[in-house]
Amino acid sequence: MTARRPAWWLYVVLVLLAVLYILPFLIDVATSFKTEPEAASNPISLIPQTFTTAAYERLFTEVAFPTWFKNSVVVTLFVTAGRVFFDSLAGYALARIPFRGRGLMFAILVAIMAVPNVVLLIPKFLVINQLGIYNSYAGLIVPLLVDAAGIFIMKNFFESIPVAVEEQARIDGAGTFRMFWSIVLPMARPALVTIVILSFQGSWNELSHFIVAANDPELTNLTKGVAQLASNQLGQGTKYPLKLAAAAVMTIPVAIVFLVFQKRIMNTSGGAVKG
Amino acid sequence: MARTINSGRTRDGWLFVAPAFVLLAVFLAFPVLMALWVSVSDWRGVGSPFSGDVGFVGAENYSNILTGGSLQQRDFGTAMRNNVYYVLFVVPIQTALALALAVLVHHRALKGRGFFRTAFYFPSVTSAVAITVLWLFLFNSSGAVNAALGWVGIDGPNWFGDARGIFHTALGAVGVDAPAALTEHRMLGISWWEWLAGPSFAMSAFILLAVFTTSGTFMLLFIAALNNIGEEVDEAGMVDGAGAWQRFWHLTLPMLRPTVFTVLTLGLIGTWQVFDQIYTGTQGGPAKTTLTPAYLSFQASFNSQRWGEGAAIAFILFAIIVLLTLFQRWALREKS
Repeated sequence: MTARRPAWWLYVVLVLLAVLYILPFLIDVATSFKTEPEAASNPISLIPQTFTTAAYERLFTEVAFPTWFKNSVVVTLFVTAGRVFFDSLAGYALARIPFRGRGLMFAILVAIMAVPNVVLLIPKFLVINQLGIYNSYAGLIVPLLVDAAGIFIMKNFFESIPVAVEEQARIDGAGTFRMFWSIVLPMARPALVTIVILSFQGSWNELSHFIVAANDPELTNLTKGVAQLASNQLGQGTKYPLKLAAAAVMTIPVAIVFLVFQKRIMNTSGGAVKG
Repeated sequence: MARTINSGRTRDGWLFVAPAFVLLAVFLAFPVLMALWVSVSDWRGVGSPFSGDVGFVGAENYSNILTGGSLQQRDFGTAMRNNVYYVLFVVPIQTALALALAVLVHHRALKGRGFFRTAFYFPSVTSAVAITVLWLFLFNSSGAVNAALGWVGIDGPNWFGDARGIFHTALGAVGVDAPAALTEHRMLGISWWEWLAGPSFAMSAFILLAVFTTSGTFMLLFIAALNNIGEEVDEAGMVDGAGAWQRFWHLTLPMLRPTVFTVLTLGLIGTWQVFDQIYTGTQGGPAKTTLTPAYLSFQASFNSQRWGEGAAIAFILFAIIVLLTLFQRWALREKS
């Protein structure tokens, strides 16, 4: 039985909805190339009457956008690398190594996953302060190096692959870490790509942790910088083209990752619903 | 021999999990205990909370927030009211919209399926900060939304600057204004009339933002569920001569019930955590109508240096979210 062709009205409805979802982003980009008066007088047109890149130039002169961008890149790279390594290490042990205390460790992990992020704002600040890493890259990066959800994903993945290869390697006398590093990890590439995507997206878009981990302008990242720009903590005026240019540029990296890994993201995001 | 192998395995196991669990313990478990202590202490943000001159005050911080008619209580009551309306509007709308999007793009012979899915999901991967910046522009008094409303003759409000509750505004339009019976009684420091204000126009804009950014994520959950159901059921219904709407209502929807339930509870949990948008967009204004418990907790601690009360608010919020999570577990167990 072949599926019937969808009715014409289905296309009309879908196209209208798609326009509603896409139009805000097009308005964002269009407005970032407008002059400030034009952004105010004609907020909806997609083609600037006087095309100008002034907003993008002001990102370099008026605000510390390059610093924010650099910090976001540094933090995201370290956090992603850390999560790939530590999450897979712990996930492997929980899935494959029968050690005493494993059940307890897993129970703790599930409990930790239930703690909502916003509840941790004050606690995180307290401990970062207590450890003396407030206003340092360590404070920005180290608390994010591991995530419970990532360990969970890796554990589930390792449980789904056959043990035969590892058993052969064990008979050949390979140590646990060596086996993990040179045999197990290469097999885990699909799950690792998932961790990379989620970590990248998570740490690039993260805001609250960076608010409580530092107040040094030199350590401001993109989300915090743009949020402060938006709330006029960095001077008065509407400055819509400037703000929208900042929002557009900070969206580009996640947009690229999204478009490249689209299929995989849409298939795995069930496990990573954001609030 | 077997014994030494096993003890070696235990050592390896602990070595493997140690880095991750030390980090989680130091930056998640330990801080929660530390904040629990702060919530029952008089620490003011100076020095270590564990130093000798910080005292134990019992439930004082909690009672300051929950009783007594103080400013703190009114702020907490206002934040709860705002968030309750946020939940009541966002959760049903995002669930219904996500389901509708999933059903629409699920059609097997649809051309451009991938394109539509991408369009609907893209807002979900972008940062809340970037979307909020965009929203501030779209919803400003002479912004794109009001320009579009103007085409159909509606004079739109100054969304993010408008503290009027939408229920109050609607009641005002039909001549109802603050009946004494409702202004005399208070709950959590604010009058019943204030509880009935509805979300302010500013909060309504945040409600639309949440729907915009989460409907795509939940759409994916519904698409996955629809794929699991398969087309046979629908085709069987078609053979029986049922119309499209009947098939959806009597065949598809009952089978989607577990997913609907998951989406509802994930929504319930997520909507109590709204912070990034408020920090970026309004900082709780106008007239505190976008204050949420999550943001109030941050503000009380970091801006007002009332750390005990801020931590207490965080734990009350934690309790709400834990209850909702337990409710979800319990209800799902009933089903299966």
